[in-house]
Amino acid sequence: MSEAPAAPLSASADRARPQDIDLLLRAPRARVGWRLLPARVAALCAVELQKLRHDRTELYTRAVQPALWLLIFGQTFTRIKAIPTGGIPYIDYLAPGIIAQSAMFIAIFYGIQIIWERDAGVLNKLLVTPTPRSALITGKAFAAGVKSVIQAVVVVVIAALLGVALTWNPLKLLGVAAIVVLGSAFFSCLSMTIAGIVLSRDRLMGFGQAITMPLFFGSNALYPVDIMPGWLQAVSKVNPLSYEVDALRGLLLGTPAHLALDFGVLIVAAALGIAAASSLLGRLAR
Amino acid sequence: MTTDSTADAVACTGLAYAFGDTKAVDGLDLTVREGEVFGLLGPNGAGKTTAIRCVTTLLPVPSGMVRVFGHDAAGDRMAVRRLLGYVPQQLSADSGLTGRENVSLFARVFDVPRRERAARVGQALGAVGLTDAADRLAGTYSGGMVRRLELAQALVSAPRLLILDEPTIGLDPIARTGVWEHITAVREATGMTVLVTTHYMDEADQYCDRVGLMHRGRIRALGTPAELRQGLGERRRAEGAPATAPLPTLEDVFREVAGSGLDEQAGDFRDVRSTRRTAQRVG
Repeated sequence: MSEAPAAPLSASADRARPQDIDLLLRAPRARVGWRLLPARVAALCAVELQKLRHDRTELYTRAVQPALWLLIFGQTFTRIKAIPTGGIPYIDYLAPGIIAQSAMFIAIFYGIQIIWERDAGVLNKLLVTPTPRSALITGKAFAAGVKSVIQAVVVVVIAALLGVALTWNPLKLLGVAAIVVLGSAFFSCLSMTIAGIVLSRDRLMGFGQAITMPLFFGSNALYPVDIMPGWLQAVSKVNPLSYEVDALRGLLLGTPAHLALDFGVLIVAAALGIAAASSLLGRLAR
Repeated sequence: MTTDSTADAVACTGLAYAFGDTKAVDGLDLTVREGEVFGLLGPNGAGKTTAIRCVTTLLPVPSGMVRVFGHDAAGDRMAVRRLLGYVPQQLSADSGLTGRENVSLFARVFDVPRRERAARVGQALGAVGLTDAADRLAGTYSGGMVRRLELAQALVSAPRLLILDEPTIGLDPIARTGVWEHITAVREATGMTVLVTTHYMDEADQYCDRVGLMHRGRIRALGTPAELRQGLGERRRAEGAPATAPLPTLEDVFREVAGSGLDEQAGDFRDVRSTRRTAQRVG
């Protein structure tokens, strides 16, 4: 128990009497039914954009790694010509893989973020609002998507500056944005699901490290599936990152892709991720 | 939404909640009447925060019954949440957003329509004296200002029950008074019910209409601060204390109720770490 004395009333600073609070006297009408989910998703995405507007440091620092991948790895392997790319320069082949990778790295931090929000009380406060847990997770997943799309724009610009022949067809670019959002939604939910299991930031950091590299190297981001050993091909088949990269390559470079399958897999993966993360969210609230 | 207008703001009956073998709340019976400021007092580990978390629907209600304005906190969670404004113990405003954006997020998640959102957010910020600082990042606010911002976040949805968990922890006396004055002023203007937990007996004495002293998971004494102090004074005189003895304080009442052993059960590691972190961030 504290012994802190109460200060006299007159010592109050910056006091404003609520003379004009008519709006605060009536509760807003509840949104119900199907309109609730898009409203919550929009609210949480808006927060992500507002934060990025106030502080763009993360946007710039996160651009460094993909730039290095394209600049060093991409340019070197383009000269070596060791990886079969179906006739396109290796750096072109690599660019969609790096877009998917940088989006995944952003999304995989959402589990750490949700644990931080739990520790800071932000999560509890949101859970006490009329927001179903699935809507909160969906909102977070799409917020990760919004952030990843902004990151993807940065990588596309870097790739274009390095001479990668990308499409500028607006419809295909819209498709790219949709794929990046779906992929990030899945990876952020994967991360939030693990957060709901391990419950501590330190343990989650270990898991994050342990899964991101296998997901990246066990995909077609750097090399085609055909040249992988059989066991790695099996990993790649169940790895949503491979489907994301396949779609991005098809849309950005016009290489043969399985767009319907890719979209299908990513939609199902995102939906399963949202369901898993939502069901474990209650553990974080305890 | 239909809400029983005759129901108490909060009614807990036989509420029990255990973390493993530790009974955090052990058969709590508690009624908070509509319109009052009710203080739930007790040391760390007394079960206050667990009880509050059951009322706010954050925790399930494994045993007993919790009703908020007649709505079952276990079964009708969304209806209960629409009636609540909640300020957790930690400093929970987002430091990467401005004050206005922080409040606006809560206006959005409580379905305030777009056409009145800006005005309502402005009124909530005005009610806590943050109009001038509204467009600064919350990360630049002082501890007292962050608390008032959180109050604005809770007020923007016009809650009927405002729940504050240790609202003044770690604040200097002037900031504490500032926070309480805003709570009191808003309560007077809106008639909302306030349920507050605190360690500070002096605050409870000054600002709460009724208090419940909680210890080892149950309410051990209940009444207005004056009733509790007078009751102890009378008991002491009956036991032979001189009439000239100083009047007991609420803290004396608490010591009598909780008895010895307060220090041994002062919360677990996570409680203490969280409290210290909050104190560090506001200080």
